[in-house]
Amino acid sequence: MTRNPIGRYVAMFLCLGFPALAQIDLSGSWASKNHEDQLERGAGPNPDDFAGIPFNESGRAKALSYSQSQISMPERICAFYSQWHMMIGTFGVKIWNETDPVTGKTVAWVIGAWEDRAQMTVWMDGRPHPSKNAPHSQAGFTTGTWDGNVLTTYTTHMLTGYLRRNGAMTSDQATITIHFIRHGDMLTAAAQLDDPIYLTEPYYITRTFVNTTALMNTGGPPCIIGDEGVPESSVPHYLPGKNPFLDETTKLYGIPREAALGGPETMYPAFREKIKDKFVMPPKCSKNCGTPPPGGN
Amino acid sequence: MRYRISNGLLTLIAVALPLVAQPPGGGRGGPPQTPKAAAPIDLTGYWVSVVDEDWRFRMVMPPAGDYNGVPMTAEAVKVANTWDPAKDEAAGDVCKAFGAPALLRQPEHLHFTWQDDRTLRLDTDAGTQTRLFHFGDWKAPAGPPTLQGDSVAQWEITRQPGNPPPDASAPPQGKGTLKVSTSHLKAGYLRKNGVPYSENAALTEYYDMIKERNGDLMLVVLIVVNDPQYLREPFIITSHFKKQAGDDGWKPTPCSAKW
Repeated sequence: MTRNPIGRYVAMFLCLGFPALAQIDLSGSWASKNHEDQLERGAGPNPDDFAGIPFNESGRAKALSYSQSQISMPERICAFYSQWHMMIGTFGVKIWNETDPVTGKTVAWVIGAWEDRAQMTVWMDGRPHPSKNAPHSQAGFTTGTWDGNVLTTYTTHMLTGYLRRNGAMTSDQATITIHFIRHGDMLTAAAQLDDPIYLTEPYYITRTFVNTTALMNTGGPPCIIGDEGVPESSVPHYLPGKNPFLDETTKLYGIPREAALGGPETMYPAFREKIKDKFVMPPKCSKNCGTPPPGGN
Repeated sequence: MRYRISNGLLTLIAVALPLVAQPPGGGRGGPPQTPKAAAPIDLTGYWVSVVDEDWRFRMVMPPAGDYNGVPMTAEAVKVANTWDPAKDEAAGDVCKAFGAPALLRQPEHLHFTWQDDRTLRLDTDAGTQTRLFHFGDWKAPAGPPTLQGDSVAQWEITRQPGNPPPDASAPPQGKGTLKVSTSHLKAGYLRKNGVPYSENAALTEYYDMIKERNGDLMLVVLIVVNDPQYLREPFIITSHFKKQAGDDGWKPTPCSAKW
């Protein structure tokens, strides 16, 4: 058998050349910077605050029917935390790459779990997503691609979960696209949530993590199922028009109900004109006003 | 003995070579490309804020004393606690929440144009503000600090990764980042309710473009504010904007201290 040396040299050139153009290294421990949406990520959003969510009527009705007591049910206490929780939770993340033991190539990026949220394995080896009829899980199924310095992940096959931790939900048809963009020791995740069941258009969230030498574990403490006394055979909920927290955001912040109930127009600047005359600024912050600095007042 | 190289191999080489080296200059012996010509991403055109983070701090006026999320120093809290929008109005100082560190948190439209080959111009309809991003060895003029400060810009060019995307249907991303460093700022507000930044504040921003699966073109701006006087640590937030086909919704409005 005659072998072609030119082809071999070219192949060598390509093999030598490309590794120098390495993908961005995302591995390490990343602390969450919760300077935006701190209340939503930390203590949790106000019960009726859906402003900025492009709800359709189904999404809004579903959210208003939700009672926080649902997570006191043993079978639901650990539910609702899909991969979207990475974008709306308060936690940092641990990221590492899994490599092929023979070629050394990255076959997956892994974003460690935290408490209720499952580990996200981002398959980079070109495998297809499962059939649309395949079982769904809280973790879902995620693939990724590099383009430029951006790692783009695409997650499907999730169970229903929180869009916002006050009952705004994603359906099991929702998909998540996240763009991971690294700038030095900062990692921005820019995410788009698509949900044909509850949203009229994509919902966008961006957040930033900072590289830290403090060790992030590959998973958080486990979610422990317990019995918090909710009677069996009932699911806590509110019937239409009966949600007692409907105007809490209005009372706290003077935000008109039509804004608090969300909808696609609430995401855009023009909506301000619509509510300008209805908005009443409270004289003083009365709740969740921020943590005072050490030694501060 | 002659060796033949297949057309496929030649094509592979032709594709691979430009990825290995893409000099910013105009080629061997030629003049260097201008920043405008060398732009790895095209920011020009109109963009609209998509406000689904910090909604109550941005779309309406947050109440006095609501400092949630901002790593303020004790001194900053004292200053913020004296916030009085009527006083700002009386002093004719109604643009304090429209300075560079806070401008991209306003619900607004952005309009990027090239003022010249080395200056990228950003206009906002909210507050009718203009920022100038200067490339190259630009020297800031002398004078007092200003609302938008002095901004020095640079392209951060992205080299191609080693492996081609396994999912050919995935949308392409931008191939670089606009980094903007701003200083010489007049003191102002990080939030409309009087959360202060000082004249010592320094602003660093990274502008990245991403294309979504549905075809939306998004601009993601990572905003980092350092202010040793009023911040305990860098204030890090991210704003995002959607590209518009035209100037739909563009509505210049003056600054307001109360809305």
